[in-house]
Amino acid sequence: MYKIWLIIKREYLVRVRKKSFMVMTILGPLLMAALLIVPVYLTEESKEERLIAVNHQEDFTLEDTEFLHFTSIPELEANELVKNYSNSSYYALLYIEGEEFTLYSNQQISLSVSETIERQIENIIEINNLKAAGIDPQLIESASSSIKIQTKIISEDGNATNSHSEASMGIGFIAGILIYMFIFMYGTMVMRGVIEEKTSRIVEVIISSVKPFQLMMGKILGVALVGLTQFVLWILLTIIISTVAELAFLDDGSMANEVANTNQSVILAQLADITGGINLTQIFLLFIFYFLAGYLMYSSLFAAVGSAVDAEADTQQFILPITIPLILSFVLIQPIMDNPDGALAFWMSIIPFTSPVIMMVRLPFGVASWEILLSMGVLVSTFIATTWLAGRIYRTGILMYGKKASYKELWKWLKY
Amino acid sequence: MEENFLIVKDVIKQYGDYTALKKANISVPKGSIYGLLGPNGAGKTTLMRIINQITAPDSGEVYFDGELLQKHHISDIGYMPEERGLYKKMKVGEQALYLAQLKGMPYTEALEKLKYWFEKLDILSWWNKKVEELSKGMAQKIQFVVTVIHEPKLLIFDEPFSGFDPINAAIIRNEILELSKKGTTIIFSTHRMESVEEICDHIALINKSETILEGTIDEIKKQFTEDNYELTLKNTQLESNEFYEVLSNEENTFHIKLKEEYTIQQALGFIIKNYEIISFKKEIPSMEDIFIKAVNNV
Repeated sequence: MYKIWLIIKREYLVRVRKKSFMVMTILGPLLMAALLIVPVYLTEESKEERLIAVNHQEDFTLEDTEFLHFTSIPELEANELVKNYSNSSYYALLYIEGEEFTLYSNQQISLSVSETIERQIENIIEINNLKAAGIDPQLIESASSSIKIQTKIISEDGNATNSHSEASMGIGFIAGILIYMFIFMYGTMVMRGVIEEKTSRIVEVIISSVKPFQLMMGKILGVALVGLTQFVLWILLTIIISTVAELAFLDDGSMANEVANTNQSVILAQLADITGGINLTQIFLLFIFYFLAGYLMYSSLFAAVGSAVDAEADTQQFILPITIPLILSFVLIQPIMDNPDGALAFWMSIIPFTSPVIMMVRLPFGVASWEILLSMGVLVSTFIATTWLAGRIYRTGILMYGKKASYKELWKWLKY
Repeated sequence: MEENFLIVKDVIKQYGDYTALKKANISVPKGSIYGLLGPNGAGKTTLMRIINQITAPDSGEVYFDGELLQKHHISDIGYMPEERGLYKKMKVGEQALYLAQLKGMPYTEALEKLKYWFEKLDILSWWNKKVEELSKGMAQKIQFVVTVIHEPKLLIFDEPFSGFDPINAAIIRNEILELSKKGTTIIFSTHRMESVEEICDHIALINKSETILEGTIDEIKKQFTEDNYELTLKNTQLESNEFYEVLSNEENTFHIKLKEEYTIQQALGFIIKNYEIISFKKEIPSMEDIFIKAVNNV
């Protein structure tokens, strides 16, 4: 047991100390934080106050919005501006000629500005058209309505809770993708480690001290810890970076701060409401379970592949059948989210080679306990079986040098 | 009878249809330097892997220091396989510590012993270098240190001198002889005969998955020595006669084979009477001759 611990420690430290690990650990959250911050930054940018000049103001009375102000200018001045815009104090010029509307500016006009103006003009034309047809626009307004359907789940004990498919989809999608990514990244990391030991010829030195199975399991567990470390660091760093960045962006002016505070509390309230019907603790715990069990199952297969080849270039023929179910489950995430209780979803969340990804996708939509237990049981027994099988291939494979293994050969190794 | 440290008895190992060891029998006396000889593919590596418990035999027994070979004996064996190497990206010292601990040494003891060996072989300055920065010969030295670091009772070297330049090979050979003097039993596997004659006192010859020859070098040589003599004369002519047969000659040196019904005294008497002798000696076969002869005869 002590020796396996030594192996785990080495495998872990060697990888965590690598520059590529540091880079990935820092880049990951930066990308995630960017995804969170960029939208905030973009809305922030449009809050700048802008003055827009309009000709023909008498026909189209555009209303000032919070950030857009309109001012009417004489036709002559407008024509002059179109020819020579530089030095103008206006953000843009809205030039109206009959049914044609053009925005002139000396800079790129933001999409939100042109959309706001478009909407206002459309409204005005609509009202004018209604009036021309003898219909009172007020009548139309009072007749139109806007509703929002609430979806609720009635649980076995009769309690109804809000269900939110958008949030479920989001959480399921992210969890599924993460599991897929982790299994792939760390599975191939195990495989590369095995190949490295084989090509550097250290493997026979080591297995004269420990059993091949111990070496394989030590590597698999060490890499699993690397994965968990990276995952935890990502979450921590993402939280830190996005908090710091948000504070930095929203700190200019107490007004903005107030806005931010109210925004945040609103968002938090919404978040609590949105996720009300989803058992986050259960999802988190099952995420860890499916990540570990799925990884253990796949990485032992990856280790067996690594032991059978002499160079990474030779892995293709063995890698393909392993990755097909993984890629399949990735591709099927979308259809399964559309119908999370269908037969396809059910079977793919029971079959162990697809269940780690698919079950995570289904979970936020609510899955019966017996299905979860069945899926977990099948996965655990499969991972025990694959580890045993992989161990048998591995212990023969690592001692075979310069021989290109075939499937027939692997089958023979199993029986040695 | 000397005490045997390691006994391999009727060991059989098959890989599918392929028989790696048909009937391997060796007895390695305590404190001896034991040469395991045989052509490529004879089963030497398989036998060494069985002794190291890397693979298990299909049948047969291995006795280690009087006991049936068990898991805990691993820490009493040092094995330098033919296919050997180190983690290229790992630092020398850290790696040596890791391998020593895998053999069951506590950290502080491993560190102490490693410093001793590194100093002895004058490689202490490599401690913080990565293995990929070292030459092949340098890496081999480290490989040697990690093989012997836990002071095993049995050392097994598979082609130990491949990869060494002559100077370093001499250093390593001296270290091995020193370990032998301290009482370590040493098994050597090689097909380089000159190194066998130089340092081994016992040998076993394995061919086609079977032990075909075993014993001390002297015994085996005696067994293979025939009544052949090398004779240098002033004359350049020597004919076969009733006492001997001339096998070959270069200039005035002749190789003769004594005929069975006569003794060497009788033959020499005849030669002295008729020729002038410059030198005369009995021909003792080299290990290489024995090796080739034994392999071809069976």
